[in-house]
Amino acid sequence: MSRLTAWFSEGRSSGKHTLPFVVILLGVTLLASAANLFLPADSALYVSTYTITLLGKYLCYAMLALAVDIIWGYCGILSLGHGAFFALGGYAMGMYLMRQIGDRGVYGDPLLPDFMVFLDWKELPWFWLGMDQFWFAMLMAVAVPGLLAFVFGWLAFRSRVTGVYLSIMTQALTYALLLAFFRNEMGFGGNNGLTDFKEILGFSLQSDSTRISLFIITALLLSVIFVISQRILSSRFGKVVLTIRDAESRSRFIGYRTDRYKVWLFVYSAVIAGIAGALYVPQVGIINPGEFSPVNSIEMVIWVAVGGRGTLIGAVIGALLVNYAKTRFTAIMPDAWLFALGAMFVLVTLYLPKGLMGVYGQLKAKYRPTNAKESQV
Amino acid sequence: MSALDNTRELFRRDQVWPFLAPAQSRVNVDNQMILYVEDLNLSFDGFKALNNLNLYINDGELRCLIGANGAGKTTLMDVITGKTQCDSGTVYFGQNHNLLNKDEAEIAQLGIGRKFQKPTVFEEQTVFDNLELSLKTDKRVLPTLFSRLTPTQIDRIDEVLKTIGLAEHRFMLAGALSHGQKQWLEIGMLLAADPRLLLIDEPVAGMTAQETERTAELLTSLAGERTVIVVEHDMEFVRSIARTVTVLHQGSVLAEGTMDQIQSNKDVIEVYLGEEAVGEKGAEQGKGERA
Repeated sequence: MSRLTAWFSEGRSSGKHTLPFVVILLGVTLLASAANLFLPADSALYVSTYTITLLGKYLCYAMLALAVDIIWGYCGILSLGHGAFFALGGYAMGMYLMRQIGDRGVYGDPLLPDFMVFLDWKELPWFWLGMDQFWFAMLMAVAVPGLLAFVFGWLAFRSRVTGVYLSIMTQALTYALLLAFFRNEMGFGGNNGLTDFKEILGFSLQSDSTRISLFIITALLLSVIFVISQRILSSRFGKVVLTIRDAESRSRFIGYRTDRYKVWLFVYSAVIAGIAGALYVPQVGIINPGEFSPVNSIEMVIWVAVGGRGTLIGAVIGALLVNYAKTRFTAIMPDAWLFALGAMFVLVTLYLPKGLMGVYGQLKAKYRPTNAKESQV
Repeated sequence: MSALDNTRELFRRDQVWPFLAPAQSRVNVDNQMILYVEDLNLSFDGFKALNNLNLYINDGELRCLIGANGAGKTTLMDVITGKTQCDSGTVYFGQNHNLLNKDEAEIAQLGIGRKFQKPTVFEEQTVFDNLELSLKTDKRVLPTLFSRLTPTQIDRIDEVLKTIGLAEHRFMLAGALSHGQKQWLEIGMLLAADPRLLLIDEPVAGMTAQETERTAELLTSLAGERTVIVVEHDMEFVRSIARTVTVLHQGSVLAEGTMDQIQSNKDVIEVYLGEEAVGEKGAEQGKGERA
């Protein structure tokens, strides 16, 4: 235990953005929650429950962006299939929430979820067993994405598949899962997915207090994951990961088994994506195969690109900004959103190769010439 | 073979199953030999890059490899360090480590360090980090995750920094170093790794005369406790450091001996040093082939 605390305290110096980030994130979270709970609905500062849920959703996306950034920005592995891990985590949570409905479903079957009754199934498929236990479902939410990432990573990285080929394979992975989950026979609700959730751990999902709790839990977990990731990436492990991005073969000649490093980083990233998915589902109230769609996975990459890859904070900021823009934009001109997204990606790639965090760095260098010299040297 | 024979073969009493055998980390150099390269063959699309190559390196020796472009020098290093698979032959490190069934990382962990022709350092990281990463440590995933720099390791890095003359630049990004400094950093990374055998490919390319001199000093001082193999085109430099020189030609050893012996060797004069004696012919011949 003391070794662990020592390990964390050592990393504090390296991530100078960590503390401000955590303070701001938790501060805003608490203020927004308090404004929702204690202010009257007609107050100017009142935050509606809708906004709280929206913010919670953004934070889940931020966590997902963190996962993509860890693997892409730091290790150079462009995964276009992180939506798969996110959705798998989401499905694990969705299965738990489905089983919590019990006999309050439309068909009133005490055991079988509605869609199974509709399909005339007589008993619960084996993989639905145990999903009524919260701890087991949460274990699955991290274990299933982690295991998939391990098997996929082990096969791909050991055969030294890199670059575009790997990206295409991840894309194919998520697309294959999309098609599989669309099938009714898979036992995951087919096209409609899992929805109509009632409660989580006995708390109604519709009540304000549950929504605020979920929002706060999401913010807390995002902070914890942020701190742990920062620490991992500033350790020697993180330095090795950077060498894999910049000169993998050199790293091998120094004696690092780069494939193993990549596999474990990929698993870590997938687990974060799974957690994000599990937090996402109770807040939006539905999980369906659409989450597996390749477009989603590409969108995640754009969040990270806009924010600035290779900086954890950039990934979070990118996810928040792009999703806020998406919310506003789809309200005004729903059809134009994908064009705007594409344009954003092109512009960022052309003019801001390091994303918004890169702009921040340039500005800082410009206005503090003495520092600029140091950082450039 | 019948099932019985198979079983007998499997349970031979004079052998231990590989997974039960104790891991041999020590390099056995009882015969004063550290590297055995025997009957090595490798061809790329019909072009014989290595052709029945035999090479023995003594423990603690400083050996220079010379040869025209395409003679197989870099390819030989690729095979030794596990980058390239050869078609046939054996490569042993000491008497007990077969290098051909190991990958790059394993070979590096055994204590074989390599410096490339083109300096490759980790440009996005500081000079200090570059050296830290090269230190001889446990390089598995978990130990690396929880590793911390010990005072001894920091001292070791400082020492190396001083040796390579980059002490003032320790927190500079490696990408910002000059070409010569990168060369030095790469040599420093080799030193930090504390290897038994160093394979050094063109160490003085792009260095000034002064730097070249310092490199020569450093390499000669390394020999003795470590074994050094240097590939170099700069004959002046080779003369200044080498005790034994091996001349490669078309993938096999043409001659071996001291610099003087080599220079008076007829075959060598014809195919390599002939550049000076015979004129431009030899140089043009070599140009078409790949290094």
